[in-house]
Order: sequence, then C-alpha cells, then structure tokens
Amino acid sequence: MSTITDTILQVRDLKTVFPTRTGLFRAVDGVSFDLKRGQTLCVVGESGSGKSVTARSILQIVDRPGRIESGSILLSRPDGSTTDLARLDPRGREIRSVRGKEIAMIFQEPMSSLSPVHRIGTQIGEALRIHFGTPRHEQRERVLELLRQVEIPRPESAIDRYTFEFSGGMRQRVMIAMALACNPSVLIADEPTTALDVTTQAEILDLVKKLQKSHGMAVLFITHDMGVVAEIADEVLVMYRGKVMERGPVEQIFHAPQDAYTRRLIGSVVKLEKKADIRLTRAPIPAGTPPLLEVRNLSLTFPSGVKAVDDVSLSVRPGETLGIVGESGSGKTTMGRCLLRIYDPQEGAIDYRRPDGRTVDIRTADKADLEKVRREVRMIFQDPVGSLSPRKTVGQIIAEPLRIAGVKGRALDERVADLMRQVGLEPAWRERYPHAFSGGQRQRIGIARAIALKPRLIVADEATSALDVSLRSQMLDLMMKLQDELGLSYVFISHDMSVIRYMCDRVAVMYRGRIVELGETDQVVNDPQHGYTRALLSAIPHPDPSHRRMHNRFRYEPGRTLSANG
Amino acid sequence: MLRYIAKRMVFAIPTLFAVSIVAFIIIQLPPGDYLTTLMADWASQGGAVEAGTVAAMRERYGLDQPIYVQYFKWIAGILTRGDFGISFELGKPVTELIWNRLGFSLLLSLLTLCFVWAIAIPIGILSAVRQYSISDYAATFLAFFFLAVPDFLMALSAMYVMSAWFGQSVGGLFSPDYVDAPWSLGKLADFAQHVWLPVVVIGLGSLAALVRIMRANLLDELSKPYVTTARAKGMSELELLLRYPVRLALNPLISTLGWILPAVISGEIIVSVVMSLPTTGPLLLRALLAQDMYLAGSLILLISVLTIIGTLISDILLAITDPRIRLQ
Repeated sequence: MSTITDTILQVRDLKTVFPTRTGLFRAVDGVSFDLKRGQTLCVVGESGSGKSVTARSILQIVDRPGRIESGSILLSRPDGSTTDLARLDPRGREIRSVRGKEIAMIFQEPMSSLSPVHRIGTQIGEALRIHFGTPRHEQRERVLELLRQVEIPRPESAIDRYTFEFSGGMRQRVMIAMALACNPSVLIADEPTTALDVTTQAEILDLVKKLQKSHGMAVLFITHDMGVVAEIADEVLVMYRGKVMERGPVEQIFHAPQDAYTRRLIGSVVKLEKKADIRLTRAPIPAGTPPLLEVRNLSLTFPSGVKAVDDVSLSVRPGETLGIVGESGSGKTTMGRCLLRIYDPQEGAIDYRRPDGRTVDIRTADKADLEKVRREVRMIFQDPVGSLSPRKTVGQIIAEPLRIAGVKGRALDERVADLMRQVGLEPAWRERYPHAFSGGQRQRIGIARAIALKPRLIVADEATSALDVSLRSQMLDLMMKLQDELGLSYVFISHDMSVIRYMCDRVAVMYRGRIVELGETDQVVNDPQHGYTRALLSAIPHPDPSHRRMHNRFRYEPGRTLSANG
Repeated sequence: MLRYIAKRMVFAIPTLFAVSIVAFIIIQLPPGDYLTTLMADWASQGGAVEAGTVAAMRERYGLDQPIYVQYFKWIAGILTRGDFGISFELGKPVTELIWNRLGFSLLLSLLTLCFVWAIAIPIGILSAVRQYSISDYAATFLAFFFLAVPDFLMALSAMYVMSAWFGQSVGGLFSPDYVDAPWSLGKLADFAQHVWLPVVVIGLGSLAALVRIMRANLLDELSKPYVTTARAKGMSELELLLRYPVRLALNPLISTLGWILPAVISGEIIVSVVMSLPTTGPLLLRALLAQDMYLAGSLILLISVLTIIGTLISDILLAITDPRIRLQ
C-alpha cells in the first residue's frame, strides 16, 4: 500500500482531444505518469507538444471544445480515499472542490492571468472563501501570511494593490500565493517563469522549491527550458506531439537519454552552451578596421522622465556581431531602436559609415540621409506574428522594401524567389499568407525582408526569443551563414546569454540604461568583471542536473554583490 | 482621482463653448430669419406688410446686427444673468418655457438609459455565453429588427396597439386629469402608467448597439487567461462569469454612455412629437420651423450640455470602476 500513500496523482493513458473541421486533433495522446509527494515532475516539450493541455486536463479546465476522451487521473488523499478526476463533470461540484484546494495551478503570464481590476488581496483570498467560507477579516490575516511566505515586501500595503502596480516577478509571487491559499497537495506550474528575466526566474524557482519543501507538495512543472528542468526536476516526462517520448529520473534523461527525440532536444540545448562552430573557425576581424557604426555617449530620456539610454558608447565593425544583453527594462530595445532613429535620442552621436567612406550621424541626419541609411540598416523583430501583416502574402511582404526602392516586374519576382531560397523557404510558397507558416518559418520571412535591400547592418531585437530551442540554433546558424555570404554586421539584442555566446563576437551588458561591461564574448562570459554580469551569468539555469548551480548564484545590487543563499 | 475629475471638467469647458457657437450657427444656417417666416405667414393669410414695419421689427429684435454681435449678446446674457433670450413666437422668455420640459426630457432619457442597460446587459451576456445558439441568433435578430424600425413608426404602432387592444390612454405623460394637478402619489402612479411606453419605444432603438457591444466585449474577456485562473481556483461557473469577465466587459460599455445619450435624446425628440409628450422635443421642432432662434438655440445648447455632462459622468464612472484609468 505504500505506493498509494506516496503517489498523489496517477495518470493513466490520458487522451484529450479537440474536435476540428478536419476531424479530431489529439492534443494529448495516451499520456501516463505518477506524481509523488514532495517530488517535482517536469513535463518538457516544445510548443504544440501538448504539455500544457496535459496539465489543464488534470483540473478539467481545457479550453472548449477540448475534452478528455479517455484515460484516468487518480487523485489519492491522505485519508486513503481516491477520486478519478477524468470522470468528473467539468462544471460539477466535485471537480470544483478539487480545484484550488487539493490541486492548485499557476500560469505563464502573471499579468493576464490575474484580473486587472480586482485587488490582489481579493483575488488571493477568494479561494479561502470558496472552499472554507472563511470570513473576511480572517481571510485578510491569511492573505497577509501568504504574501509574507512568498516574500512580497510590505504585505500590508501590497494586499490592496492591483496587478499592474507590481513587476513581473512580484506578480508571479502573487500567483503562487494564490495557489498556496488552501494548502494544496499538488501544485501545477505551467511555464511559470517563461515570461520572466533569468534573475527573476531564479528567484521564483528558488521560492517554489522552498515552498514545496515546507508544504510537502508534489509539483508538476511544465517548461520548454531544459536548463530549468536540469535545475529543479526529480523526474522528467518528455513530450512530443501529444505523446510521451521518454520518462525517467532527471539524471537518466540528461546523461543517458534513450529516445531519439530526447537526444535531439538535449543536443540543441547543449549546442547553445558553447560558441558556434562556424564562428570558432573564422579568422578574426582585423583590429584596425574602421567601425561601421560608432555610438558615442548616447542618451535618451522619455517624456515620463525615465532615462532609458544613459551615456551609451559602443562600436560595430564590418562583419561583426555585437551582442547587447540585459534584462527587461535595461534599455536594450530602446537603444536598438535609437540606432534606426525610431526614437529620437537627446544627446550623443551615432556615426554610421556609408559605403563611400563618408560618415553620417544618424542622430542628427536629415530626411534624405536618413532614408538612405535606413536602406542599409534594417531591423528584425521579436514577434514573428505581430511583425508580419496578416493580409499580405509572403511574396508581397518580402517584396515590399524592394518595391519602395523601385524594383519592378520580373526582376522583383526573381529577387523575391532568390531571397526565399536564401533563407530556406520554398519560392513556391510565395502566395501563402503568414498564418500558414510556423513560428520559425515566419522568422525566416522576417529575415528575408530584412536582407532584401542588401543591407550592411541588421539590428535584431530578440529575434529568436519566441522560437523553440531546436529552432533557435537553426535560426542563428542561418543568420551567421547570411552574415558570411553578404558581409553583414549584426547588433544582436537578447536577454538570453546562451544565444549571445553562440553567435556574438563581442557583447555589451546593459543594466538600467547603461553599459556596465563590454568586451570579447569569451572574455565576458568566462571572466565577468562587473557584479551585474556575474549575477546575470550565475542565474542562468545550467542544463546538467549533476551541476546545479543556481543555488550558489550571485545577486547584484548596485554597490555590493552578495550570494543569494547567504 | 480628484485631479482626474477636475481635469475632465476643465476639458469640458472649451467643448461647451464650441457647442454654443455651433448651436448658434446651425440656427442661422437656413435662409432668412424669424421675420421672413412671420411675413410669409402674414402674406399667406392675405395681409400686406409695409417695408418700414419689417425694418422696425428687425431693429427691435436686434436681427439687423451682425451675427457675432447677436451671438455675444446671447451668450453674455446666459453667462451673466442666466437669460437665454426671448421666444419671438411665444413672446415669453426662453427660461420660462424650457425648464419644465427640460426636466421631463432628462427624466425620460435617464429612465430610457436604465431600461436599455437593464435589458441589453443580460441579453448580451446570454448571447456571448451561448454564442451561435438559437437564443443568440434570436436576441441578435430582435435587436437588429428594433434598430431598423424607425422611431416614429414604432411609436405609432405601440400607441395603436395599446389603445386599440388594451384600451390604455396613450400620448402625453399624464392623463388629462393630472396634467395641471400638483404632484401627488396619484399623479406619480399616473406618470408611471404613461411613461413606460415612450421609454420602451425610445429604448428599443438603442438596444441593438448595446447588446452587440456587450456580446463582443464579453466574448473577448471570456477567453482571457484570468478566467482560467479563476476557474482553477474552484469557483462556480456562474459566480466566475459575473465576478470576472462580465465585470471587465462592463467597462467599455460605460464609455458608450457618451454616445448612447445623444442617440436617446434625438430619438426622444421624434417620439415625443408623435406621442405629444411635454418634453423639449416638440418645442424644439416648432421653434426650428418658425426660426424662433433664441428658443431653438437655447434648446440645442442645453441638450448638448446634457450630453457633455453625460460623457463627463461616464468618464468619472469609468475611472471609478477601472483602477488602471484611475492610477494613470
């Protein structure tokens, strides 16, 4: 009987389907696993693998028209009773008494997953009212206690605030407090740190671990990040297209993966742990080359008074990739946009060297000069969905900059076909609309559009952040191939140290609008000089479960550096 | 919060000023003035008018002065003495004529708004929650049907049905016995018996827009992640619906107050004429036909002021219900 008491949740052959016009879509197709008390099971997989639907099936909160087709989800209670959640009516009283009380869930987007018009105290206390009928003043006491547990500063005033008054990390703490309200025995976390910065992610992971220990919860953790898996998992479930590819202890998954897909997934993560091969073999750029772009003492203050870019100086040499790394709010995106004068910086200079050797200060350039410069300096955006017009065909999207530049007729068609081939898309797909393409293909469309006018410098803003890890290295490889073919320079903006290390020659670390460290990538990564760089690097989850290092990370506070765990 | 309200009020002032100018210009737009209309009337009755008389009258009414002088005299009178000028046709000060009617107009509009909201919100919720069901289609069809039927036709049909089939006294807001009686419980009951018909007739025309807005807002909100969060807390579906998505879907609806109010007021004008209600509608129509400029101008101005105040109220309500606006 010991297995019954240890195993809280026993999922057997779970099948969740979504009826579509073309038949049944099997989002979860025969998934089985056990969740044990005090353990963390990580469900890992790329987008569309069905990991999130699996989690939602347990609470029967799959979005309509999805439904559980067959299988069982056996919940065992400490008193020995069991319930098959899969058999309960999704709108019924029984499943509702499980939700939030015995099994609680936290979600990816803490901003949109919390109501913007209700105070956080109300939202946290609600579960208490629903499940225990706790009176209002007792609710408040308990909520304050929860807020203290999740380490939200000044709980007495925080309790009456709204979600938008908190930072992303604090919002996720609110979510966790909400989930803990009724002392659940299972916590399901659906990509809870994906929308957060690495340092914030490390804090949240720490917190979950700590609370898991103190509450004795079982945690079902859904993530696409193998680094996170390595840091926190006891057991791992690898999913691909609704099916379980492999299941086992974390050490086995990382060090002796049995399944081909698991091996590929780990391979693409490990690949990003070091510099790209094609960059290792390349001859260094001669030191004496005059820079293509030289930014001097650039500053931008928004009308709100926020100094987004503060005295930034950097240079980009021809054929070089300069990485800009920093967390959200560090001003890296704003800085990138200043380079194309999407924003108007108030001070400094952005000297850009035209092909004829003449330099233009982009900050003060007139309209005619700016137009010429903008043909040579292009941008790739983060969101491959939002940055492509849904009402234009892919051919039209790629042709647009060419058409503006005056290319017409057959020449235009041929150039578009060339560009599509160059980025690895079939020219025959030119008549399709963006929605017919996957995320990775859409990003390729964005790249084709950016290189259409044979630019010399591309500012890539988080160009790979929205992509799955296996696509990420492919995209970076493509960008480096194009760099060598076309002699491009990149300013590569990212929050992800691994992609910076993989592809960038030099890197600038931004913190609160300033560049705190700038140097050769290898040197910055291996021997960081600034406290913030060290904190940033130490917060990155390391995809090797035998070398968990996040616990020994550094926290950076201006003026001093201290270890996170004393 | 107080700063927000103060700011909104300050913004309302230039709007009001612009409205007064536009109102005055609109009155002046048709060719001729009150006297031309009057002369035409006299001529049609066979009376001959000497040219000197017309000129003298024009001078007496101040109509010989340039339009901006007339405007400034009018607006200065309103601002300094609360004097809206004189109705040429009725020979009485405008203020004496309109306050009572304006009160009824306002009351009728408010009742109509309450009625429309009370009907539109539940129907909108039902349509959204049961999207593409029979009830959704039926509600949508009916709402659009009432939108398509002109107000006056609806008023006539409603009056016919009520008086011919149910024998109810229709037209006006009171039975003849109570029109001039002082307010009493009996008069209030009589008012209630009469007022619901115009309220329904005016309200049904605006129903469609609100139902569709509520439905669309709610459909957006229903798929938001916070709904899933609340569901994962174990909340019952009905409580969940009312507490979260409906609560958020109401916010954009509040901001429709600004434009639903003018729609109700203009609908009220037509319906009031048909049902001979003692509101500003029939008076305005008569003043416009007679080119009784101060009366018409004052009415248009006051109706616009009510609309602006309505918008102001909706802004303030929105700030109260949505912390995001309040804390900006």
